[in-house]
Amino acid sequence: MKYESQSVAKLYFIAAIALFVAQILFGLIMGLQYVIGDFLFPEIPFNVARMVHTNTLIVWLLFGFMGSAYYLVPEEAETELHSEKLAVVLFWVFLGAAAATVAGYLLVSYSTLAEATGNELLPTMGREFLEQPTITKIGIVVVVLGFLFNIGMTILKGRKTTINLVLLLGLVGLAVFFLFSFYNPENLVLDKFFWWWVVHLWVEGVWELILGAILAFVLIKVTGVDREVIEKWLYVIIAMALITGILGTGHHFYFIGAPEYWQTIGSIFSAMEPIPFFMMTLFAFNMVNRRRRDHPNKAAVLWALGTGVMAFLGAGVWGFLHTLAPVNYYTHGTQITAAHGHMAFYGAYVMIVITMISYAMPLIRGRAACNSEKSQVMEMWSFWLMTVSMVFITLFLTGAGILQVWLQRYSDAPQAFMAVQDQISIFYWMREVAGVIFLIGLVLYIMSFFVKGEEVSA
Amino acid sequence: MSSVFTKSTARNIFYGGSVFFFLLFLGLTMDTMGKLPKRDHRENITPQVVLGKKVWEDNNCIGCHTLMGEGAYFAPELGNVYNRFGESKEAIIAFIKSRPAEGIPGRRSMPQFNLSDEELDAMAEFLKWTSEIDDANWPPNIQG
Repeated sequence: MKYESQSVAKLYFIAAIALFVAQILFGLIMGLQYVIGDFLFPEIPFNVARMVHTNTLIVWLLFGFMGSAYYLVPEEAETELHSEKLAVVLFWVFLGAAAATVAGYLLVSYSTLAEATGNELLPTMGREFLEQPTITKIGIVVVVLGFLFNIGMTILKGRKTTINLVLLLGLVGLAVFFLFSFYNPENLVLDKFFWWWVVHLWVEGVWELILGAILAFVLIKVTGVDREVIEKWLYVIIAMALITGILGTGHHFYFIGAPEYWQTIGSIFSAMEPIPFFMMTLFAFNMVNRRRRDHPNKAAVLWALGTGVMAFLGAGVWGFLHTLAPVNYYTHGTQITAAHGHMAFYGAYVMIVITMISYAMPLIRGRAACNSEKSQVMEMWSFWLMTVSMVFITLFLTGAGILQVWLQRYSDAPQAFMAVQDQISIFYWMREVAGVIFLIGLVLYIMSFFVKGEEVSA
Repeated sequence: MSSVFTKSTARNIFYGGSVFFFLLFLGLTMDTMGKLPKRDHRENITPQVVLGKKVWEDNNCIGCHTLMGEGAYFAPELGNVYNRFGESKEAIIAFIKSRPAEGIPGRRSMPQFNLSDEELDAMAEFLKWTSEIDDANWPPNIQG
């Protein structure tokens, strides 16, 4: 760590990991509700568990991105953070808002929460992933603006590197497209159309810039490869991400009332969306192969390589699997979508945040370069447990999805939704078992922070 | 990558490509906005349909169901539930009303939302209007 103020990232990383745990616990609750329908009913109905599962994911990834930026930007800009105090204040505001929102989900019914938070005045609630009360959304905007100001000022007064500019561009895009969450027209078709301007243009658009910038930063640090080479790769990757991803939004417009030409546009461009992810894999492996130094933080290198591979599999391959309109006609809104969502989020965004934590946290904690051998071995075990169990979660959901499509959508005598769910429950059981192993991996990951042992020198 | 292909070339492709495709996306969005009225039949969005959408949102129905394929995959698709229930608003209302507060032992069950008669009517109207949106003939069959 070169600058004192980078250490503010630690708070953000700790909160991210804590919310990650909550996300997984509620995931396990939902997984069980899939097979034991009345589990925790009516205290925690499925929709509530799902809100906690998805919203904590989004918020902890945001904590992760912010923490990464607070660590990365000063080092790239070669100057202290504009205001460490602001970063700390915004942290507590954000954590307070997140905790209050989750408490609201769990303690009162959703309609009570909507009423109590004045959803009437500016209705934005009750839409997938954007379930947060309007006041929480406003809080998110305030926090993100303050955060952008802070890192923007830091970049302005320091060295302007490609990585910093790309990261800033991604984060500004994140803020701008989030504003569409405040647009909730009475016409459902318009609502859905612009809902995707938040959801798709985040995860298949500007978030890829953030992902690329963080990956490039860590690769420079752990491989020592020339910055020029890495930054050229970064530009090519994000160019492909946006060239394919912007019109790729069309793959969400097939069956929600938009004109049919989106089926052609969406199919063509989203079929190319795996390209930037494949390039990320090549990028990570190429840079590590051409490394000029053997960085002792083996765990961070493993996470970086893992991000490349898993993002390509989850976002690229599993996305392509159901993105062509004639295929999507049958798979739209089935467990196939769930399978893709799980591995894509894990492979791309969960893993990049952990990559950054894995690289930065030892330095923030005052180590010379990395954690002890023992700690790293445990962390790498957690990598394999979480990653392999996520592969299995995805495979089981894919199996469930294929059967669901066949029984409910494709066969000559389509069966009712619940009749089909009963027949595919074995897959849900196996998914739940894989989920438990994922949790064990996560526990091991957290334990690895507390393992002492001899320090490895840089 | 070869030295002919420099970092600034890559940067130009990024900025040029992104701006070009974003403008194209905006253009297509404008075109879509012009075509939507014929597909969503917005002339049929009555105050009841508007209230129905609000009830739908205030009770987080999307947290279990899909609507035109989007949402959660825990409970049946509702974009065509009006057709599945024999084009009967009464059947939809009766179903929502009759959910047991304590659930069904061992099974998935919809919570009892204690909606008023006005809200129930509005919900049924909203689902009826939704079922009439031209969504490229989706879902493939009545089961959703």
